[in-house]
Parts: sequence; structure tokens; C-alpha cells
Amino acid sequence: MKQLIVSLSPHAHGNDSVERNMYGVIIALIPALLVSFVYFGIGSIVVCLSSVIACVFFEWFIAKYVMGRQTCSILDGSAALTGLLLGMNLPSNLPIWIVIIGALFAIGVAKMTFGGLGNNIFNPALVGRCVLLVAFPAQMTSWPQPGQLWQYTDAVTGATPLSIMKQAIQTGDAAVLDQLPDAFHLLLGNHSIGGGAGTIGEICGLALLLGLAFMLWRRIITWHIPVSIIATVFLFSTVMHIINPIYADPTTVILSGGLLLGAIFMATDYVTSPMTARGQLVYGVCIGLLTIVIRNWGSYPEGMSFAILIMNAFTPLINNYMKPKRFGEEIKK
Amino acid sequence: MNSIIIAVVILGGIAFVAAIVLFVCSKKFAVFEDPRIARVNELLPGANCGGCGFAGCNAMAEALVKESDKGSIEGISCPVGGAEVMSQVANLLGMTVANGEPQVAVIRCNGTCENRPRISQYVGLRTCAAMNACGAGETACGYGCLGCGDCVNACQFDALHMNEETGLPEVDENKCVTCGACVKACPRHIIELRKKGPKNRRVFVSCVNRDKGAIAMKACKSACIGCGKCAKECQFEAITIEENLSYIDFTKCRLCKKCVAICPTKAIQAVNFPLPKNTEVKKEVEA
Amino acid sequence: MKIKTFSIGGIHPDENKLTHEVPTQSAPLPTQAIFPLSQHIGAPAKPVVKKGDFVKVGTLIAEAGGFVSAPIYSSVSGIVLKIDTAIDATGYRKPAIFINVEGDEWEPSIDRTEKLELVKDHPELTPEEIVNRIKLGGVTGMGGAGFPTFIKLCPPPKAKAECVIINAVECEPYITADYRLMMEHSDEILVGLELLMKAAKVTRGYIGIEINKPAAIKLLKQKCNEVFCNSDYKVEVVPLQQRYPQGGEKQLVDAVIGRQVPAPPAIPVNVGAIVQNVGTAYAVYEAVMKHKPLIERYTTVTGKKLSKPANYLVRIGTPMLQLIDLCGGMPEDDNKVLAGGPMMGKALTSTEVPICKGTNAVTILSGDEARRRTPAPCIRCAKCVSACPMGLEPYLLAKLSAFKEWERAERNDIVSCIECGSCQFTCPAHRPLLDNIRLGKSTVMGIIKSRQIK
Repeated sequence: MKQLIVSLSPHAHGNDSVERNMYGVIIALIPALLVSFVYFGIGSIVVCLSSVIACVFFEWFIAKYVMGRQTCSILDGSAALTGLLLGMNLPSNLPIWIVIIGALFAIGVAKMTFGGLGNNIFNPALVGRCVLLVAFPAQMTSWPQPGQLWQYTDAVTGATPLSIMKQAIQTGDAAVLDQLPDAFHLLLGNHSIGGGAGTIGEICGLALLLGLAFMLWRRIITWHIPVSIIATVFLFSTVMHIINPIYADPTTVILSGGLLLGAIFMATDYVTSPMTARGQLVYGVCIGLLTIVIRNWGSYPEGMSFAILIMNAFTPLINNYMKPKRFGEEIKK
Repeated sequence: MNSIIIAVVILGGIAFVAAIVLFVCSKKFAVFEDPRIARVNELLPGANCGGCGFAGCNAMAEALVKESDKGSIEGISCPVGGAEVMSQVANLLGMTVANGEPQVAVIRCNGTCENRPRISQYVGLRTCAAMNACGAGETACGYGCLGCGDCVNACQFDALHMNEETGLPEVDENKCVTCGACVKACPRHIIELRKKGPKNRRVFVSCVNRDKGAIAMKACKSACIGCGKCAKECQFEAITIEENLSYIDFTKCRLCKKCVAICPTKAIQAVNFPLPKNTEVKKEVEA
Repeated sequence: MKIKTFSIGGIHPDENKLTHEVPTQSAPLPTQAIFPLSQHIGAPAKPVVKKGDFVKVGTLIAEAGGFVSAPIYSSVSGIVLKIDTAIDATGYRKPAIFINVEGDEWEPSIDRTEKLELVKDHPELTPEEIVNRIKLGGVTGMGGAGFPTFIKLCPPPKAKAECVIINAVECEPYITADYRLMMEHSDEILVGLELLMKAAKVTRGYIGIEINKPAAIKLLKQKCNEVFCNSDYKVEVVPLQQRYPQGGEKQLVDAVIGRQVPAPPAIPVNVGAIVQNVGTAYAVYEAVMKHKPLIERYTTVTGKKLSKPANYLVRIGTPMLQLIDLCGGMPEDDNKVLAGGPMMGKALTSTEVPICKGTNAVTILSGDEARRRTPAPCIRCAKCVSACPMGLEPYLLAKLSAFKEWERAERNDIVSCIECGSCQFTCPAHRPLLDNIRLGKSTVMGIIKSRQIK
């Protein structure tokens, strides 16, 4: 008789897999990616593609030759996702060699030194971006105007909504804010009217929200982190706008810069976000507060990346204190 | 000049206040520790290996002092330092320590892949503990080695290794310090600490199967079937049979090896004896 | 109205109820029946027959071995071959009684007629008498765990029962034995429920059924209205949203009456509920009204690769291989044979294992279903945390168990785990979460016990 197979229960599995989740996020990014091709043309394709290829290569190379692992995890989609997210956080006129340095820091330093997938403390794509921001401030803060399909590093740069907001705060002149595109244009990403430059991924709010809807529908993420971040930012910036009109109105704040990209795709990274619903709410609220604090009073126009990285560091602490509500903890009457 | 004086005064002031705080705290929150604990700790090797069963050398020192107040430190021993260290500790604490004969961990299972056919395929978590909870394991023997190496992982002294060919762990006699970690780790209680024996020579029953003979035999070719031949043969009453299983008391065994010869399933093993001449001849012929 | 369910976590596995509409058949008698002495939680039963004795169907062959224990009756007539060891569902050899079947001669005390006995026609049945008959009948929980039924009816002194909840959820995939029982013996089940309520001295009864069994809900609602319309007992059929592990006692109490049982050692009766499986209610009816001890049970034999999956009324002690052969034999593939369903069932090393009191199904998983996928590193997706019906953190408990950090595991409530397997089911990295947690739980429970002894 053939040998029977034995193991402890459960014997069924829900057919979920790491690949399904990773590629699911990549699929959710496709609308934003397509929109960026339309606005930034060849530049966005070159930057995203080189970033993905570099990340996958570094993952494979380090796992195989530095860490000496037998099994290679490059097909699970996590490295490709990191690459794509890194690419979407960069300006479309960035030279390839800078992108590759970013990928090396993202995969090599932020991910593989901690032991690879599942063990990193900080979001790899954001570490890559922040390293580039500090190391190449000139290249990383020159944003090409949308609509130049065939220009790459030679594209004409322009102001981003965030730099206009920063200018308003620094000069104390609320009239500067009139240069901002209106909320409708920010949502659709039609920035040809000026003042609408930005990173590859953050250009169209609607595309990002589509991605969020897809991920919620596929149950890749839960609503807690994105909703808590956006709600906190909305409340905080409303208060600031009422106190002093040099701070932009809440809708514009939410739709401009990397806020949606960060709230939907970066802060929800599995590995670096808290494990419980309560913890995720705390995490989201703190990211929202920190983002506005950095945007309004910090020296950088954008605060999302730093806010997420700071809260990444607090994730173990949140996990330790924010326990889920145990069954029967309080007896219902 | 003035600024230097101000800096000195401020820093000196801070230092003074800090010193007072430290002094008060060290007095107020001081924990009394038996001075003997520190002295015992000095005698211990300081490897913090946990082989004694305590969290580290300091924890063992605390336990030793506590037990010595009760009157005896028997049962606590440092596997790394051995008898030498323990006698020093005993001297310090004014205790006597039973100087036991040297022991070694013994694997009481000979269910090699050849002797014990696989009847099922286990696909769960590969630890002995999980496999033990799942059932008899991959073979029909519900008593024998599961072969996932919980003991190997438990050994802090690199004295246990898995033999890939037999699927059983093997003890490196020179490295084993009889800490007993493997004995605790084995969910099947196969591993026993036995007398090392003169010239490391030992005779033991390499099976713990308590099933009836026929069932045990079906599960494993070299299982003890509880036939009792060994017990009858033994002149020193060292062998007892309980629940279809023979056990050799190492304090009574005189290593005559008569039981080894008579065992029908070769479940009784003799190790480190010189090979008898005729077998050597046979081997040459085979070669 | 919103359909009720439990409040935390849960998953929804594929149902695969292949045998929903297959009417129950009586399985043929085995040639040899095997009766393991521990078919229930508690002390093993003590044999009262010896080799060569002739026994009839319904003859006592082993008496209760302690307070928490249950007697075992022969389900066949024949000669006791031996009292030896046999592999049971735990995978180990345990003491068992072997009987060679000869004919089918029943004890005369057993009422074998089809007549429905009603509680109101039997004034001699006091609560004590009912409990006593259940105890003597060897009735244990039929849902899998096998806790002796009479103990649940005698709550500890501080707790007071308020209602009896019948567990007709059958949330495990594949299994349909309870559904068939409800469709075929609804009258008996309701009498059984009335007996249970009388024994527990309560007047409220609930029957919890998942909405994937609309026919059973309709039938039982109709019968309830007929039977209990003019009685003191109030019985309600509660349709429940499909969600695993709704059949877990604590989850069912939460779903039906909205009360959460606190962490162990609390049991459902601490919040006033006594939970009994629907099969148990039927067994109670037979034991009390028909003087028929627990010797038969409804069992589903199922699997995607089986040619004829079916429901059987089978004598306890029948080897599983015989049932599998009736369903078309073992599939030509790598197979995993489970006593129970795919979520909580025990994988067997041998098909000679007999059907026991708690074996509600024999499930055969074949091919890729039978294997586990290779575990990958944890990606900390928190899906296990949201799936856990007890509000625990499986990823953490599994890690702490693997690293033997028993104290931290205890502080994180590892003993509250009900081993439902939702975490492992949902894990995208295919990690053996429950394997680790189960080991950690048993170790921590051992530590707690030894501390109490001190």
C-alpha cells in the first residue's frame, strides 16, 4: 500500500500566497504607472524599469553570493515591488546611475542586511529614496513639468504643489497659494496648467485611489492605515487652515505630494507596519500628524517619507503594547 | 576667563548633584546579595551555557547557595567544569559532593532506515515534538527515534550529530558533558545518561519499544521483543524485563557481553569493545 | 435582519459539501470490530469482558474508568477475540477490545421500533433520571472532542445554566453527517433537546444552523413550531452566517446569545450556556427513550477523488478501510486520511483505525490537497491576527513557542488558543503556525499545572 501522508491539522489552506499579495500590490500600482507614462513619457519608463531591474538584481546577487542562500526569492515579487515603489517615488528626470544607487541602498542596506524579506525594520523603498534625497539633493528636488514625453534628463523643471505651499508658509503670504492647481486637477493629475510637477507616482490621486480600492477588494490590505492617515491629515490641516490661511486647505494638502502614494502603498507595507488593527490606527494617526508637522514647520517640503520611516522604528513598540481585543476580555451584557 | 569659570561651576554643580542622586539611589535601592553567590560564581566557568539547567552561571550560583542552606547541593552539577569545579564549590560552601562516575548520553534506538521501514510521510513542522504530537511518526514504532534532531538542536556542546545514513543521532563521547539537555529535549525519552564504563565500554539495550514482541518486530527489525533470553542469561541480575522491554542496570552490569550474543534481534549493543578475532577474519573474507 | 455570527476573526473555507443530498445508508456489519478504550476525554474505560466471552449488540464491554469517563457498549454481536492494543486516531497504539462478529443479535432491553417517544408520555423521567440514563448510555460529545455528555449537564456549583444551545453549525468543510441527521431525524432531535433542557433544568433552547443549510433551517423551524407551541419550553432556530470556526463552543455561544466566554478555565456554562452537538441530542434521545446506548453514529465518508462519497449510519468499531471501500476504494494518489474534517481532523497513519464515538467524518485528501506547501519567511501581513477568532496573535505565539519563550507565550494568552487552524489556513507564507502554537500551548499548560500543584 502507498504511504499515507500525515501532519497536524489544519489540512486545508486558503490558497493565499506571498506572490498573490506582492503581485496584487503591483497590479494596484498599474493605473498610477500608466498615468505617469502619459504625463512624463520616456523618463518615467526609464526610471521605473531601471529601478525594478536593479532591485531584483541586487536581491538575487546578495542572496546568492553574499548570504550564500540556496533558494532564491526573487520570483516572489517583493524585490520587484520595492523597485517599482522606489521608482515611483523619484522624479522622472533622474539619471539611471542615481536610481541604481537608490536600489542598492533599498535592497542591500535596508532589506538584506536585516535578513531579507520579513525581517527589515524600515521600508526599503523609502530608505532608498531618503538616501538619495540626502545624497543628491539637487537632482532629487528638481521636478520636470508634466507633458514632456520625449525629454528625459533634459526635461524642463517646474514647481510642485508642495513647494508652493512651503513658499506660502515661508513668506507668510496666503496669496501665493493661488498658484496651486485646484483640487479637481490634482485628483485627475491634469497639471499642464503649471504648479503640478512631482514624483512619478504621486501625479494622479484618482489612479492611486483606484489602487486602494483594488487592494481592499482583494483583501491585500485593510482600511485602517490609509484611512487613519488621510483622516488625521484632513483634521489637522483643517485646523491649521482655519487658524491661519497661509496653510493650504485640507483637500489640496491630501491630494498634493506623496501623501496618497505614501498612505496607500508605502505605509501599508506588511513588514514594517503594526500587526493589530488598534496598532495600525495608532501608527496611521502618528504618520498623519508627523507628515503635517514636517510639511508645515520642517525644512523639507515633503514629510511623508520621513514620517513613515520614523513610525517604522516605533512599530515593534506598537506591536508590544497594542494587543488585539481578546475573546471574552470584557463580558458583553 | 569668566566663561571658563561659569562652565566649570555649572558642570561641577551638575556632577555634584548627580553624585548625590547616585549615592542616594545606591543606598536606597540596594539589593542584598549573599556574598557567597559572587564567590561561587567566580569558581564557575562563566560560559553561561545553560547546560546545568539554569539560565546562566549566576543563576546556578544562586541555586547552589540556596540549596546549601537547605543542607545539600546534590543534583546540581556543572557539566562544563565537571567534578573538579564542583568539589571546589562544595569546599567553599562546606558541602560534600557525591563524586559520580563519568557518564555519557546514550541513544537507545537502533531504528535505522534499514531496520525500520517508513510507513507514512510526515509533511508538517520538522521537529520531533511536533511529529510526536501528530502520532507514531513516519514508522510504525510509537516509541523510537523520530529523527528530526531536537536533541541535536538542544546540545550546546556540539556533541550530537545526525547520521544521514541511519537517520539517527550519534553522540560524540569526547564532547558530551552529560548536561542532560538532550534527555529533556527528546519527546520519546530515548536518550539516557549512562555510566561511561571502563575504556568507554558499555552494554545497553538499544530500544525502548514496549509493544508486544510480534508488533515491535513488525515495526523494526532490531526492536527488543521482550523475550527474556537476556535476563535468563545474565549472571549478575542486571537485566530486568518490564512491559515487553529489557533494561540493563549499568550499576550491576559487568560487561560480560553474554546478553549481546544471545539477543535474537541484536537489540542489545556493546560499544567500544575490541572486535573478536573471528569477525575480523570474516570481514576480511567479505572484503 | 442581520444574520448572526461570532464577533472576532474567522475564515470562510471552501465548503466542498459533496454529500449534502446523499441520503444516509446503513453500513454493513464489519467482520471484526475494534473498540479503543479511550474514545472520550478523561480516564480510559475498564474492560469488563474477557477473551472468549459472547456479547450481543448493546452489551456493556467496558465500564467508566473514573468520574470523567464513559462506558463502552458492543455495537456488534460475537465473540471477544482479545484485549490488545490497536492504533487509534491519535496515531499511537492504545488498549482496545477486539470482537469477531457473528450474526446480529441485540440485547432485548433495546427498543428497536421506529415509534417516536415523547417526553410528556414519560412522567418517570426526572432530571436526575435523564442524566443517569445518559451516563449509563455512554453518550459523549459527537462533534469530535468527545467530552462525556452527562458532566456538561451537571454544571459546577457557582455557574447556573440558563439555556441549551444545539450545535448544528457543521462549519467544517466536507462534513454533512449532522445535516443528514437533521433532515432524517428532526423529531428525535427535538425530543432529545427537550430531554437535555429538562435535565439541565432550563426552559430556553436554541438551535444554531449555518445558512448554507436552508432546508434544515426550514424543517426545524416548522417542527419547533409544532412541538413547542403549547409547552413551557421556548426553542428558537437561529440561522447563522457561514464562518469557520462557528462550531467551536465559545464562538457558537457568542453567535447565538451574544455572550463571550472568558479566558480558560471558564467554560460556556459560566455564561449560562450548555452547548451540545446535534448528534449528541439524537444519541440522548436514543439512550433515554429507547434504552439504546451509543453504538451507532452518522459518519460522512468523503473526498474529491472518492468515486462515491456518502453518508453512513455506521456501527462504532468498524474499521475505516471498510467504509472507504464502500465508497469506491482508496484513490490512486498520495492520500491523507483524516478522522474528521480538513480543519480539525486527525491525519491517520493507518486505515485500520476504527470509527469511534466522535468520528463525524472520514475525509480523504488526495494529491496536492494532501501536501503542505513549503513555508516561506513571515512577511508580517497580520492576516493571522485578523483571522484568529480568539483575538490572539498567532505569528507571535508561534515564534515564542519555536524559541521556547514559555513565559512570554503565557503572558500573550497562548492557552486561550482553540486550535481551530484559522491562522495557518490564512497564512500566505504557508507557515506551520498551529504546529508551533499547539506545542507551546501544551507546554505552557503543563507549566501552569505544575505551578498549581506546588
